[in-house]
Amino acid sequence: MSSSLPDPVRSAEGTAAAPPSHRSREADGPAAALAMEGPAVSPAPVIAAAAPPARRSWAPLLQATPLGLVLLFFFVFPLLATGVVSLWNYTEYSLVPDVTGRNYVEMFEGCGDLSNGLCTTFRTYISTLRLCGMVWAITLLLGFTVAYFLCFHVRSDSVRMGLFLLCTAPFLTSNVIRMISWIPLLGREGAVNQFLVGAGLADAPQDWLLFSPFSVVLAFVHLYTLFVVVPVFNSMMRIDHRLLEAARDAGASGWQTLWHVVVPLAKPGIVIGSIFVIVLVMGDFVTIGVMGGQQIASVGKIIQVQMSYLQFPAAAAQAVVLLALVLIIIAIMTKLVDIRREL
Amino acid sequence: MVGQPEIADLYGTTTLRPSVAKARGAIEFAAVTKRFPGGAIAVDALDLRIRAGSYVCLLGPSGCGKTTTLRLLAGHENPTSGDILLDDHPIVGLPPARRGTAMMFQSYALFPHLSVLDNVAFSLRMRGVGKSERHAKAAEALRLVELDSFAARLPAQLSGGQQQRVALARALVTNPATLLLDEPLSALDPFLRGRVRAELKRFQRELQISFVHVTHSQDEALALADLVVLMRAGRIEQQGTPEELFDRPRTAFVARFMGGHNVFALADGGQIAVRSDRTQIGAAGLPATVVGVEYTGTGFAVALAGTAGEEYSVALTEAALHARPVEPGQSVSLAWDQADIRPLADAAGPS
Repeated sequence: MSSSLPDPVRSAEGTAAAPPSHRSREADGPAAALAMEGPAVSPAPVIAAAAPPARRSWAPLLQATPLGLVLLFFFVFPLLATGVVSLWNYTEYSLVPDVTGRNYVEMFEGCGDLSNGLCTTFRTYISTLRLCGMVWAITLLLGFTVAYFLCFHVRSDSVRMGLFLLCTAPFLTSNVIRMISWIPLLGREGAVNQFLVGAGLADAPQDWLLFSPFSVVLAFVHLYTLFVVVPVFNSMMRIDHRLLEAARDAGASGWQTLWHVVVPLAKPGIVIGSIFVIVLVMGDFVTIGVMGGQQIASVGKIIQVQMSYLQFPAAAAQAVVLLALVLIIIAIMTKLVDIRREL
Repeated sequence: MVGQPEIADLYGTTTLRPSVAKARGAIEFAAVTKRFPGGAIAVDALDLRIRAGSYVCLLGPSGCGKTTTLRLLAGHENPTSGDILLDDHPIVGLPPARRGTAMMFQSYALFPHLSVLDNVAFSLRMRGVGKSERHAKAAEALRLVELDSFAARLPAQLSGGQQQRVALARALVTNPATLLLDEPLSALDPFLRGRVRAELKRFQRELQISFVHVTHSQDEALALADLVVLMRAGRIEQQGTPEELFDRPRTAFVARFMGGHNVFALADGGQIAVRSDRTQIGAAGLPATVVGVEYTGTGFAVALAGTAGEEYSVALTEAALHARPVEPGQSVSLAWDQADIRPLADAAGPS
């Protein structure tokens, strides 16, 4: 992802130089007569800012090279390869280098005809998007609340740090172990069902607790809430607490302060957290597989199945479409909020 | 508050002629104490009366309780005991926006994501004033501070002085009876500070509301205030007009804090203050050694050390110094006229 974003330093310079600069302090004192001359005074600092540095240094470029190479070989090349392979042909036993639209055509075969309902591909994408939407909404709500609590309710820095580390505790074990741990809790004979039946709250063990959309969403929320907490917390910590007081002084209620001051200023963190969650959930097949009892369709699952049948070109085409969809979602979100401010 | 004129009346003209001639913002603190949960007493049984339409400076070193006093008035802190009245209405317990106060925060606390116009209109928006109406009023307030052409800018695109005026417009847009200013000039460079200071004073006079201004700079207080309240450890050390505070300090703390004074210990254990421009370098008197001579533009400041290392300062005119030059290292004697002696209460300690 990072390579597709514009260079933050360069664009920050661009925005700074764009409005006619009134920054020189002498130019705008309390006497507005002076201040309004702003545009006339401004060209000098703008030109100064745009002038190239006297000595061009290669050190920063050199420092960025190792990561650049890693990204080139392990991110850009595989991605290009996926794009190329998605145009290849294949038989039961071989891949045929080619330029064909077959994989894309087959993916959307029958999708034009709505008389039999939606085609499998559309239904799978819609169910994946719906799942993603639910997980996104819940993680966002939880993550924002946790970050808000840590940021504005916890007074002492050491307590805040302690609670923050506590949030990361689930990550001390592996993803798989965390998912498997849900089984003794949510299974037919699991702790929750035993309690429900024992307490007379249910006549029989509940099946929707495990291997169901519920358990998938639960596992995702458990896995990914922290990915929202961290960037939102980071954004919120930059909010000057005097702004909240200024809002209160202006007559804002708690909710008004939240909506008009905290949320807008935490937006970059909200968007970054949302990107994490959406990217991770849209491409997932392990969590959906394990927690959904291999019963729930998802785009990631389709790709995995095609790979297991060695239909690499079909899987690659599917991956390209998924990537495009996720990129569109991210593009819309970054259009709404300028996250470069955060970087 | 009840019976206050609509804001549109107040800002009907950019020359700031209030429609009500009556000054507003009479404040009374009655035995107000603020004790923080840790047990620290920030404000200790404070009694203070502020006349309507006056400019008050709460002055003192950091930790003296001046900011807490301001926050008690603004409603951002609640007193542990005591009562606060604004224009004869008790305001303790009321939310900040219902008190008739408006606060201008240190470093302004402008909302960075809102335009200048929306910053100024914020409080009106919170009160549910419609968009066109609140924008018209905000534009009016911006015209008042001569920033109407900057309405669409973000705060980060303004200079410090402009941000300060936006904060002022934001505070005045609700037509408060008293404006509370927390170190409003500390973020400005010295050149701007003087001009903004004069502007604040002009606004206060023309609006006829009271300004309560917290500062640690005695220069600011002397230049602006009708009433200077010098605080120390949660109590009022001395209050009065700037002249009273500067010329007639009652304790050594006041004399030292206001500056421009020498505090001399008397043989009987008492202390007196003598202004440095009234302290004379003569042939007989208190022995002292010249440590340095600084040119101040209007004259010279001679730094001296007493026999036990006490620091003294004598302000001399150019003519006086040239008539009787002094050199660092020279032994001299300090003297003063009987009329210039200000006896100090023994409550004084080292500052």
